[in-house]
Amino acid sequence: MPFSILFPDTYEGPRETPEAPDFFGDLNLDQVVDGITAGRDQYGLKPFFHTSLAGIDAVRYRQEVFRDLENRGVRGPVETFSQAMAAMRERLAQAEKLRYRYQKEAWFVDAVAVYGEAVAALARDLQSTDVASRGLAAFRAHITSYARSAAFTSLWRELQELQTALSTVRYCLLIKGKHIRVRKYESETDYSADVAQTFAKFRQGAVKSYRVNFPDWPQMNHVEAAVLDLVAKLYPDVFAWLDEYCEKHRDFLDETVARFDREIQFYLAYLEYIGTAGRAGLPFCYPQVSVASKAIHSRDGFDLALAEKLVAANVPVVVNDFHLQGRERILVVTGPNQGGKTTFARAFGQLHFLAAMGCPVPGREARLFLFDRLFTHFGTEEDMENLRGKLEDDLVRIHRILRRATPGSIIIMNEIFTSTTLEDAVFLGKEVMNRIMALDALCVCVTFIDELSSLSEKTVSMVGTVQPENPTVRTFKIIRKAADGLSYAVSIAEKYRLTYESLKGRLNP
Amino acid sequence: MKALLMHRDHDFDRQHELPFDAEALIQDLELNTLFNAMACGDRFLFEVAKVAVLSPSTDIDTIIYRQNILKDCLNNPSLVRNMYKIVIEAIESEKKNYWSIFVKHPEAILNRSVDVLGMLMGMLRKLRTVADEHAGKFGSAGFRAFFAMLQKDLDDEYFATVQNHLNYLKFHQGILIAAALGPGNKGTDYMLCRPPDRTPGWIERVFTRQPRYYTFTLDDRDEAGFRALAELRDRGLNPAADALARSADHILAFLAMLRAELAFYVGCLNLYDQLTAKTMPVSFPLPAPAGERRHSCRGLYDVGLALTMEEKVVPNDLSADGKRLVLITGANRGGKSTFLRSVGLAQLMMQCGMFVPAESFAANVCDGLFTHYQREEDPAMTSGKFDEELARMSAIVDHLRPGSLLLCNESFAATNEREGSEIAAQIVRALVEKGIKVFFVSHMYEFARGWYDRHMDYAVFLRAERQGDATRTFRIVEGEPLPTSFGRDLYDRIFVD
Repeated sequence: MPFSILFPDTYEGPRETPEAPDFFGDLNLDQVVDGITAGRDQYGLKPFFHTSLAGIDAVRYRQEVFRDLENRGVRGPVETFSQAMAAMRERLAQAEKLRYRYQKEAWFVDAVAVYGEAVAALARDLQSTDVASRGLAAFRAHITSYARSAAFTSLWRELQELQTALSTVRYCLLIKGKHIRVRKYESETDYSADVAQTFAKFRQGAVKSYRVNFPDWPQMNHVEAAVLDLVAKLYPDVFAWLDEYCEKHRDFLDETVARFDREIQFYLAYLEYIGTAGRAGLPFCYPQVSVASKAIHSRDGFDLALAEKLVAANVPVVVNDFHLQGRERILVVTGPNQGGKTTFARAFGQLHFLAAMGCPVPGREARLFLFDRLFTHFGTEEDMENLRGKLEDDLVRIHRILRRATPGSIIIMNEIFTSTTLEDAVFLGKEVMNRIMALDALCVCVTFIDELSSLSEKTVSMVGTVQPENPTVRTFKIIRKAADGLSYAVSIAEKYRLTYESLKGRLNP
Repeated sequence: MKALLMHRDHDFDRQHELPFDAEALIQDLELNTLFNAMACGDRFLFEVAKVAVLSPSTDIDTIIYRQNILKDCLNNPSLVRNMYKIVIEAIESEKKNYWSIFVKHPEAILNRSVDVLGMLMGMLRKLRTVADEHAGKFGSAGFRAFFAMLQKDLDDEYFATVQNHLNYLKFHQGILIAAALGPGNKGTDYMLCRPPDRTPGWIERVFTRQPRYYTFTLDDRDEAGFRALAELRDRGLNPAADALARSADHILAFLAMLRAELAFYVGCLNLYDQLTAKTMPVSFPLPAPAGERRHSCRGLYDVGLALTMEEKVVPNDLSADGKRLVLITGANRGGKSTFLRSVGLAQLMMQCGMFVPAESFAANVCDGLFTHYQREEDPAMTSGKFDEELARMSAIVDHLRPGSLLLCNESFAATNEREGSEIAAQIVRALVEKGIKVFFVSHMYEFARGWYDRHMDYAVFLRAERQGDATRTFRIVEGEPLPTSFGRDLYDRIFVD
């Protein structure tokens, strides 16, 4: 394989996936990836963000590059380079679109100029920085030798001479009626300055400008083109040189440089995206990943999609911890509605997926499991129209998940079986949980059924909490403790003095 | 060029930010009556009067500068009104006779500007003629400098130079433009070239001197080509058109400034005419520095009341030099509010350079005038009335400086008298000790008596005069606070049955 900044040379897993994985919507990863790739459509990055890596080495390969790029001294030059490459592509596209020869050539020359500067600058800047990653070290070696190659240096030197020649071209037009005369410029001076000077004594401070902004679309009309042809006749040597240069350097673009420019966007886009949350004080970390151990933990993790919105609205983000140890495999989350349970489940899924892409993840520290597949099933409480149809649909989907899941998979279930009787829900819930426990897969299960939280040594109970002094206020903290669905109802009742004791006291005459 | 008829060294600021309590001042001092009298139905005059009156100057030199200009105006009213008319004619003529610049074609902008500049030059010539013929009749520093400027800056030679430019800008011999190659080899940096000399045939010489030139001629049926050619001309003329249009705007801005500054004096002339028609006296006040404590007048009356009442208003005298607190008590509807208003109005009029409605008036200038009146009703009221009063006072305190003047009318009366008195006493005491001059109208006996008994020599006590038979004279005289107000009288009068 040719050099890639995204995959180690020996990588054999899938590299790009056009379609988003099924769980993207449930985990709001579609929003995250939309946010990450916003403004970078030209690079076609989504197929990379749809693909989790198979193998710890590939994850580390990317983590190394990320770490290098967190150094401003490395990232700055790379960003500058990629902006220049975008500018170069715009110029080439423009040259393609235009009709008149000298115009096409001017845009082509501009593109080469931008490219030449970008390559020279990046080679120079990377030379003086420390890069520790395998990926960037290999690329640095490539661009250094390319920038020194005879092909590149002659391209670059001749271009600068040509540009100087073009910049000396000046001419005068005399427009009278339907005639335009063109000749070389002869140090004429600006008449509008004379005019302004004459009336300067009336100047009263700022007045509005009457300068008309002409649309500077790149095209020429045929009169401008005719004038340009006459200017070319006044300066024949300069324009002959221009023709020749463009012909000689038609294929100036280096293939590896071009691929690097696309692939490095994966890193830049992600770092830019998490930068917002980072500046708001939210932590990110490089997770340890493992395919062997299911003892996972995360400290101060959060839902990246939600954080992005809250930070924009200047609302504090609540972070949460989780961990599994020993034989624990399943987090069962209960607690009041709107208490952050679904957000917690999403964060769990996001952390694992982002880790499997080799990205830094939300949280202060994390050890995560490198899954083979990730499954989600998010029920909805709305659709009460066709209870039976809904339940059936739920079961069909869960069944399909369990058939495809392996012990190396992660399963996230949110509010399942809400559209049936409690008895059904308890029964079905236990059945499904038993199968997952038998599979030994990692799982998060958000449910209103307290019983599911203490089914075996594999389940861990986590509960959404409220403020003790005012039970109507959610803390959005999900903590590890026994499920106690009643305590919430009891505290609300006390607040309104409707508990048994309160009512006895109030009803006493 | 600047008119400098409002300040010795800078323009009148028509956009001057009004004091934060402008709305309260307008309401409490009934300033709109004054503005309307000055405006005589003209919106522009109204706005200028409003800004000028509500931007009181603390600089005595500026006040005297304007007083002298105003005296010239009172001596030459028709000349001043005539200059005002010329300026308006120029401004209106630009608006009416030339299409407004919405088009995006420099050539059209240029042609319009050449025409407008021609018209404006004519109007400026008229102004200079006034200066040539009548400058001798004006004695104020302001007018003398103004006329001298017109004669120096707008001499015949200048008018000739301008005419020369305007003639060339008709481009009878074609347009000569320079350009360079810009992005995409398109022309850029278009520049209109100065003609090397103006003798006939210069264009031919410019080109024949050159060893080489090429000509491109459009086909007569090439409509797109003629549009493109027009755009090329537009690009070349763009900077010159901009310079010309801006120049026209600068001249218009000069005229607009002159209009605004003259408008203030025209407003004063209007007011003067109305007051003299009612045989009400006016006089030029004597402003004293802010540090001094002066407040003396004879025959002070409320200009608003004088303008709206059929019968003659009652004038008052005051001698409060050296005083910081003027406490006014006495009968309801006895003229206390009118008196307080006349104090505020005279202060504002003095500090904007006007004459004042009094036979004589001398006072220190104040650094900020504020009014705190009990509000009859407040539609936006969310809290209690007393709350609202204190909130309003707190906002005023944020803006008070030593040397400010505060006029209180029945403040803090929205609670019981003991509380109101206590609060009023604490506030007033703090303010006068901090160098703020306070006029306080109150029927709160306890409050007024408290001050009286303390024999503070910085306080003076006034009372609405009442004659033995209980009829009001609406005159305010010095006197100690009396234990009751005269609501009883009022009741008896109204409930005659």
